[in-house]
Amino acid sequence: MNFAVPLQLGVRDVCFPVLNSVSFWLTAAGVLLVNVSLVVGEFAKTGWLAYPPLSELAYSPGVGVDYYLWSLQISGLGTLLTGINFTTTILKMRAPGMGYMRMPVFCWTALAANLLIVAAFPILTATFAMLLLDRYCGFHFFTPDLGGNPMMYINLIWCWGHPEVYILILPCFGVFSEVIATFSSKPLFGYHSMVVATMAICVLSFLVWLHHFFTMGASADVNAFFGIMTMIIAVPTGVKVFNWLFTMYGGSIRFTVPIYWALGFMVTFVLGGLTGVLLAVPPADFVLHNSLFLIAHFHNVIIGGVVFGVLAGYNYWFPKAFGFTLDETLGKAVFWCWFIGFYLAFMPLYALGIMGATRRMQHYADPSWQPYMIAAFCGAVVIFIGICLMVVQLWWSIRTREQRRDLTGDPWNGRTLEWGTASPPPAWNYAVEPHVTGIDAFWAVKTKNKELHKVAETRYEAEHQPHYETIHMPKRSATGFISAFFAVFLGFGLIWHIWWLAIIAIIGCLAVLLRQAWDMDRDQLIDGAELEDFDRRHPSLGAQR
Amino acid sequence: MSGGANTAVLDAHGRPIPLSERGPASTWSMISFGFWLFLLSDIVIFASLFATYAVLSNATAGGPAGHDIFELKGVFIETCCLLASSFSCGLMLIAARRRQLQRFYVWAVVTWVLGAAFISLEVSEFSDLIAKGFGPSHSAFLSAFFTLVGTHGCHVSSGLLWLLVMMAQVATLGLRTTVVRRLFCFSLFWHALDLVWIGVFTIVYLGSLHV
Repeated sequence: MNFAVPLQLGVRDVCFPVLNSVSFWLTAAGVLLVNVSLVVGEFAKTGWLAYPPLSELAYSPGVGVDYYLWSLQISGLGTLLTGINFTTTILKMRAPGMGYMRMPVFCWTALAANLLIVAAFPILTATFAMLLLDRYCGFHFFTPDLGGNPMMYINLIWCWGHPEVYILILPCFGVFSEVIATFSSKPLFGYHSMVVATMAICVLSFLVWLHHFFTMGASADVNAFFGIMTMIIAVPTGVKVFNWLFTMYGGSIRFTVPIYWALGFMVTFVLGGLTGVLLAVPPADFVLHNSLFLIAHFHNVIIGGVVFGVLAGYNYWFPKAFGFTLDETLGKAVFWCWFIGFYLAFMPLYALGIMGATRRMQHYADPSWQPYMIAAFCGAVVIFIGICLMVVQLWWSIRTREQRRDLTGDPWNGRTLEWGTASPPPAWNYAVEPHVTGIDAFWAVKTKNKELHKVAETRYEAEHQPHYETIHMPKRSATGFISAFFAVFLGFGLIWHIWWLAIIAIIGCLAVLLRQAWDMDRDQLIDGAELEDFDRRHPSLGAQR
Repeated sequence: MSGGANTAVLDAHGRPIPLSERGPASTWSMISFGFWLFLLSDIVIFASLFATYAVLSNATAGGPAGHDIFELKGVFIETCCLLASSFSCGLMLIAARRRQLQRFYVWAVVTWVLGAAFISLEVSEFSDLIAKGFGPSHSAFLSAFFTLVGTHGCHVSSGLLWLLVMMAQVATLGLRTTVVRRLFCFSLFWHALDLVWIGVFTIVYLGSLHV
């Protein structure tokens, strides 16, 4: 997202570049703290979402839950700042001519995901803050005694958690939209309905959280409302699937690695969606709650949707980012391992769930489950082979990069603006601001140029010599790294109750902030001649502009 | 300063270009928009805390309820301080935009003093409650009360810190565009805290009368 969105919008950077670096390094700080817990102390043993009362001090007295909470608070702050940054960038910073309804669909889905971040992550921050107060200061938000209410935590965490799964999947929907349109050599079918569906999911995702705990004991009316909302959210998703199918229909499809992932996604995700609608029926959920059926369902949508989407995007934008393509044969092998391995690993889990197997079992006594478990294990092994092959694919592609250089900047015959600049793009992305006249801006330019070239090639070239101006670019800044450096010590000090360390770290963070506030010289100028020189070394660019 | 959003911009054929197609917005517009988003996310934090308070306001666990411990007179004075400081903050911003240095300092100091008065009243209210044994770990209701009101207090305190920094910025850098823009963001922040406080005053304090 960070890489592709500014390129697709035809701009040189995000709105707030320093903040972007702060967000990135804060996320890294959170990851570092999680890893520190492997060596120093322990990590939370309370499941994904640290439900109280188990995560309260009385039942988890160690530092594990504190590692969990502080690392997520720090990286969550990074995520929130990213959400603000990207929402502002997409809404306020697009190339001239790029109206909202001319943005690539990936930008729309990125916008929806970032709006969800801004609206949902503060809930996570507040919820964790309350749990921290319980643990550190003896408050009684979620304790079982003195009026505390553990179920409130579960409500609050899923108010964040359900939008969060759409934060994951929506950008992947965008990736598939780009991939399918590009490799079908056709404009995306139903662009408007795709945009409407994306924004509908964005709004509806806040109205379904309770389906994570139908068995909590809410009244039948409440359960019915959330069950129906959950079924309704499948409708815009279905619209998207049909749009992708109709985009491919009648297109001249090129079977590259990204489209393999897209096809695998469509089959797998529809299946996962269907079991999701099944679980949305509260009575069915009462039977299947916390069973392996549920586990199979959410892996079905997360692997079939998010993982496939990320890997499609990785293969699709890799040449743009690094200047050479990834190996296709190995890429397809990776796909088949994941695809077959996934079905082998998770289809038996559906069956097991219906047979009564619950999640997180230490052992089981029913021997009739054994064949299914072994099948699932084999599937996991196949997926593991796929992961190893991914590493091999990267290694082999780097070794043979000279043969697979992308000199045109447009290895896939792409449709959106990012394929109109060099691969990898220069720091300024575009030497001359692109002017956009419709959807699939770069495709339009290519088509127009072909026609013009037929008529009077030389005259066109002479008339369209780009005019290079001196541009402003942000200077390099260490603010992000240094503030995250202090954030790590802040987190560590708080986890281990080393108050002096936490205080020093807070002072450090403030000092970085103040230094940044007094730094009035943040821009650097890049001379027009340098831009022209870069473009001359990439002659294909001029022909496409 | 809003970049002439309403004036018609025409293309080569004399047709007006829609606002969304005019290319990147001005720096001022980008920064204030980003800051608005930040404030909205902050409001979501408060919304979570309000919701929690609503759920737990009756969970007194045998301890005191709101109408037993709140003293509305002090809270009313607090409210007046904060609302007045919002007004003086507005005057401060007008002075900054007109580049009137003296007036800026006067209104900035007035804003700061009123904010500090608010905080000191709140601190004394809190310490009274704790001295009586009604601290935040006494019951879930008190936990929710201290957290909601305390989070607002922390925001006001960091606002006071920010205002000090801004006065130092004006003293060293003068009222240049960047500094005025930051003052603009500060005033948005300060007014947003007022809004939240109106919610606190209504739901927490006035709400406690209605049992």
